[in-house]
Amino acid sequence: METGMTIGLSHYLSVGAILFTLGVIGIFLNRKNVIIILMSIELMLLAVNINLVAFSSFLGNLEGQIFALMILTVAAGEAAIGLAIVVTYFRNRGSIAVEDINMMKG
Amino acid sequence: MLTVLFFYLFAGLAVIAGFMVVAAKNPVHAVLFLILAFFNVAGLFLLLGAEFLALTLLIVYVGAVAVLFLFVVMMLDVDFAELKSGFLSYLPVGLLIGGILLAEIIMAAGAWVLNPALSKLENVNATPTNITNTEAFGRVLYSDHIYYFEAAGILLLIAMVGAIVLTLRQRDGVRRQDISAQVARSPEDSIEIKKVETGQGI
Repeated sequence: METGMTIGLSHYLSVGAILFTLGVIGIFLNRKNVIIILMSIELMLLAVNINLVAFSSFLGNLEGQIFALMILTVAAGEAAIGLAIVVTYFRNRGSIAVEDINMMKG
Repeated sequence: MLTVLFFYLFAGLAVIAGFMVVAAKNPVHAVLFLILAFFNVAGLFLLLGAEFLALTLLIVYVGAVAVLFLFVVMMLDVDFAELKSGFLSYLPVGLLIGGILLAEIIMAAGAWVLNPALSKLENVNATPTNITNTEAFGRVLYSDHIYYFEAAGILLLIAMVGAIVLTLRQRDGVRRQDISAQVARSPEDSIEIKKVETGQGI
């Protein structure tokens, strides 16, 4: 494996794994707040992007960066739609607590 | 040597900021820490030679997504302290599941035998030496992956339409400008000539 002085692929993958795990923990810890849950999902997508770009760089292949760009697109769309749903829901019910979102009809 | 230093700086700050996103009491602080995490990951991307993606990450995430989060957090009049109340009771199960997931990732990565040629690789940088990263990226994106690019465009269009449809509402009692009615006005129905007699007024 690498000595401490060079940064290898596994270093970047470790950062990605830690950030992804933090995102998962965030979803569980902030189970009541939809906005923090959305932010945790963004954090997880960011971790996936780190992995893809690291592999792209270490394999000398640009396709990984194309993948990362697509994930960026999806993340942006997801954030916009998710926040739009939160705003609409808040306008109708005056709350964004997750346990209140059990009446999707009406 | 400098690369190593900057890697640990960016990686450490990104992990700390990610932790604070999860742990922050105030959602506004959480959004700001999310922005810090994005900045540091953009730094990591720069170290990896993905300059275009690093700057795109800043523009898309910090410029659009994080500001959108900030707007929504500040716009909604929610008691965030009440939403935070179950934090400690969820802590054990959250840490348990997070720990299990991290252990699984480490075990899967540890059991995965890297190609010996791959493990010796330095950070080779995916960009060919004679052109910039943006140019190389564009050459690949607009030739081999043009359909993905177009699909991404359609996806963004659908997301935009969806967001507008979800948040648009017609409110009563709002005085809107009605352009067609304004244009259709004629002198006959907007000007009235009255004979004013002296000393009488209208």
